[in-house]
Amino acid sequence: MAHSKLNRITTGDIIIGALMVLLCFMALYPVWYTVIISFNDANDALRGGIYLFPRKFSLQSYKTVFQDNTIIRAFMITVLRTVIGTVTSVFFTAMVGYAFSKKHIMGNKIYTIIGTITMFFGGGLIPYFITLKNLGLYDNFLVYIIPSLFNFYNMIIFMSFFRGLPAGLEESAKLDGANDMLIFIKIILPLSMPVIATIALFNGVGHWNDYFAGVMYINKSELQPIQTYLYRVVASASASKAVVAMPAGISAQQVSSQSVRLATMVVTTFPIMCVYPFLQKYFVKGMLIGSIKG
Amino acid sequence: MKKKNNELPVIPKKSFWVRLHEEKYLQVMALLGIVWMLIFNYIPMYGILIAFKKNFYITTPLFSKKFFTTPWAPNGGFQHFINFFKDEEFFNVMANTLGISILKLIFNFTLPIVFALLLNEVRNIRFKKAVQTITYMPHFLSWVVLGGILTTWLGEGGLFNDILVNKLKIMDEGIPFLAYPKYFWAITVISDLWKELGWSAIIYLAAISGIDQEMYEAAKVDGASRWKQIWTITLPSIAPTVTIMFILAVGGLLNTNFDQILVLNNPLNAPRSNVLDIYVYQTAMRGMRYSYASAIGLFKSVVAFILLFIANQVTKKLNDTSLF
Repeated sequence: MAHSKLNRITTGDIIIGALMVLLCFMALYPVWYTVIISFNDANDALRGGIYLFPRKFSLQSYKTVFQDNTIIRAFMITVLRTVIGTVTSVFFTAMVGYAFSKKHIMGNKIYTIIGTITMFFGGGLIPYFITLKNLGLYDNFLVYIIPSLFNFYNMIIFMSFFRGLPAGLEESAKLDGANDMLIFIKIILPLSMPVIATIALFNGVGHWNDYFAGVMYINKSELQPIQTYLYRVVASASASKAVVAMPAGISAQQVSSQSVRLATMVVTTFPIMCVYPFLQKYFVKGMLIGSIKG
Repeated sequence: MKKKNNELPVIPKKSFWVRLHEEKYLQVMALLGIVWMLIFNYIPMYGILIAFKKNFYITTPLFSKKFFTTPWAPNGGFQHFINFFKDEEFFNVMANTLGISILKLIFNFTLPIVFALLLNEVRNIRFKKAVQTITYMPHFLSWVVLGGILTTWLGEGGLFNDILVNKLKIMDEGIPFLAYPKYFWAITVISDLWKELGWSAIIYLAAISGIDQEMYEAAKVDGASRWKQIWTITLPSIAPTVTIMFILAVGGLLNTNFDQILVLNNPLNAPRSNVLDIYVYQTAMRGMRYSYASAIGLFKSVVAFILLFIANQVTKKLNDTSLF
């Protein structure tokens, strides 16, 4: 279809093209609007009427954001949980996937059944919450790491990838006396970079954007990630606008001005917006293997 | 979904201990995963028991004598379920959950397919790639950030009202949209569509790119219009993918995107924003009614499983595609 003769541009092409441009504009504008308001003088922005560019340029909101210790702390928590959480989860899930990829090991069938059941049944939110509380993970930084250490869907992706690798590599290493753990780390992992990248990216975005764990399992404000902080700020802002009693837990938090809120949102989203266009192909690949396997 | 393991050719019999010794590293690796699943998947399943207990307190450990001796709920343990069905909120919660989900099924399920079909008609490859990259972008925003944008836009002095009042002059004064229940479903459905339209289209675009190009060439020779090609070649070719996605969507009818609604709901729009997930969350975390909330959660999982099963059977009958 790409080059069949000299393609005439038809009315259909123009309509579709225009529609696509409109959709792109709609996708970009809310983000653009957030950026320009955050760079506008806070009081001036409240007068409204800013649509395309800042009217009164100011960096004040960003100064406020970068001087706010709560925000910086929350940001650090997010960075920490994303890095530690992604590295440990990818390693652990790949490791289990490697063991599961060996069909000959004892108990393989039972292991698979135990895993498959978890795809269809779960305890639900409250029993899960109680389990984490029982384990002492409530108000504990590890609640971001350990419960997301393993993922059965990702394990299946790793497993089928490992099964596709040539067996000869492992055998020669085995003859040299290497054990399975060493083979996994030294031989298998370096060969699996494409699938590792894909799963690490999904994991990373998941950690970065998650706010719910911080709402549900964390009470100490010094342990909340930036998304949870933002959630509380947004909730308090909408509640105060609606002139109703504030939801529990946010009354102590100051209701920050709209511009500071938007600046925090920009700072929070900036890293992902920088990264995703370049890593898009990995995301797309992950989306596809995820949906085919899942 | 599940592949049958083909047993390897019979290995000469080795004793359990010899095999264990040979496999010790692999066994440790596998068992670490099994232990994780037992703790984080199976203990919560066991924890469902609290849905049948009379009164569960958060301080009671799940494996303690106190837990075992906590009396069962009346009516054979099903009192909390009965209470939920009799609750005045029951009808409302179900209506909100199904209302939002069905609207999402009508619009947010079908429009990505339409988008994929249209995007496929774009012949300039560079333009097509650019459109894809840009329309994927909203997927990577968190719901908190999108919620922040929405509360800013939809507030009384927000962009939306600014345009409606000052530019279009449709209204005399701004409306805080999120403070009115009647707008909530529309806000939920449209914002979800905005966020996921491009991303949801990926799977259909992949299915389309797998279609044999010769079919189109043949159709062109026969003089079929582009519209006719879409209708007779593209759509039938992606039908299996659409079916699988449809089964999954029906299975998730009671999931109304908790992340999204938790951000957008507030006490004022509660009459239309109180969905099952929110109700479970609030009765447990604010109302401390853990047993009651777990019962509702269990009710939800059971119904979801039945829906998935029905959708699977129906599509199997209709066009021979199924998930399991």
